[in-house]
Amino acid sequence: MRKFLTFVLLLSSLQLSGCGYNTFQTQDEEIKATWGEVLNQYQRRADLVPNLVSTVKGYAAHEKEVLESVTASRAKVGGVQATPELVNDPQAFARFQSAQGELTSALSRLLVVAENYPQLKADANFRDLQAQLEGTENRITVARNRYIQAVKSYNVTVRSFPSNLTAIVFGYETRPSFAVEDEKAISTAPKVDFGK
Amino acid sequence: MTIAFAAFSGFIRLKSLMRHLVAPVVLCFALMLPGFAAAEVPVPPLKARVTDLTRTLGAEQLAALDSRLQAFEASKGSQIAILIVPTTQPEDIAQFGIRVAEQWKLGRKGVDDGALLLVAKDDRTLRIEVGYGLEGALNDATAKRIIEEFIVPRFRQGDFYGGIEAGLARMQAVIEGEPLPPPAARSDKAAGLGQLEQALPMLAFGALFLGGVLRSILGSFFGGLVTGGLAAGLVWLLGAGLLFALIAGVVVFLLTAAGVSGGGHGTGGRGGYSGGSFGGGGGGFSGGGGGFGGGGASGRW
Repeated sequence: MRKFLTFVLLLSSLQLSGCGYNTFQTQDEEIKATWGEVLNQYQRRADLVPNLVSTVKGYAAHEKEVLESVTASRAKVGGVQATPELVNDPQAFARFQSAQGELTSALSRLLVVAENYPQLKADANFRDLQAQLEGTENRITVARNRYIQAVKSYNVTVRSFPSNLTAIVFGYETRPSFAVEDEKAISTAPKVDFGK
Repeated sequence: MTIAFAAFSGFIRLKSLMRHLVAPVVLCFALMLPGFAAAEVPVPPLKARVTDLTRTLGAEQLAALDSRLQAFEASKGSQIAILIVPTTQPEDIAQFGIRVAEQWKLGRKGVDDGALLLVAKDDRTLRIEVGYGLEGALNDATAKRIIEEFIVPRFRQGDFYGGIEAGLARMQAVIEGEPLPPPAARSDKAAGLGQLEQALPMLAFGALFLGGVLRSILGSFFGGLVTGGLAAGLVWLLGAGLLFALIAGVVVFLLTAAGVSGGGHGTGGRGGYSGGSFGGGGGGFSGGGGGFGGGGASGRW
């Protein structure tokens, strides 16, 4: 009977972590899923841009510099190949991040300029677009946060003992996450000076 | 000799220096305690459909909103909740809103048809947080319009109940237009299985303990047989189906015959387990597991 017990115990121990291999797979899939969502939301923002630019042009056509910079940064974002594999390549990831950061600053400059045109601000279409842009920016933030959490769990598993041994065997490395330096540049809100 | 004297005097000086350091070091550690940090506003537990932490709304107003929301969930299936807090600082209302939504999990799992109307009274900001499933009809632009046209004008006049009610009515009207799966009635079978899931650990310990007792009375084989039979019968009665009951019976028989018993220490700690609610429902309100993606709109008045 003791043999039977040891057999049962042995069987149940095989269900255990397996030195973290299954954890890696789960967390890797989580990273892929959250990264896909991040790309989705960035794409959604890029899709809003042409409509926004044409609406603003209708009221503020001579603000050429700002409109052109928005269009140019959107084209640049479209140029960076936003694929799921981006997650594994730190340099491509950094390029992607900087392109998106440029679009963010161009858009915020555009919105600041739009403040000077009360007719534009009163336009229902512009208001809707502004709401959609705000919503999409929020969605991007939420998607990024979820991606950062997923990468954090994965990196912790890669670095902890004993799963780091499994990581070495299978060649799993820590993944890049969104850097803080860009955050500082983007998060300084443009000062709206009404001066009246 | 001089080196020793220098070291000794240095040591004395160090001791007197350290006496002066004690207070600042203790203070430093005290400041590191969580209570002193700029804490985020905690997410209140979800107990009711309308949670008002600022005591702005009266009892009848709360009841009216609650019954309205309950009726809406029964007819459409979508869960809407209202939360009024004094402030969301140091967080932005959107950051706080998504934290609340992720914790409360309004809306049905898979359908994600939850929505949250969040008001930060002292900050003078509000937000409509929309679940994934409602983003078709209640999109960002529509949510912004509801805020600006229905809620904010009333809030500016100090009419909080009016603003919330008008905003809620608009939200419901918009969500009516969204094709959602009909609300599911709670079936007895589902409740029964939930009951079984809750009871399973207790059942397992009980069976092993009983098995040990019966084994000592009837011997390995018969003790196992009786316990196995009892376990199978009980599992079948709780509504799990004949096959599952048979499997449970066989497992218990084998374990009992093998001499595995729950022991006295195992069953003692399980006393508090049965306190949880069986099968869900009842008077409380809880989220259905819906997901949120950060959609919706914010406004200020």
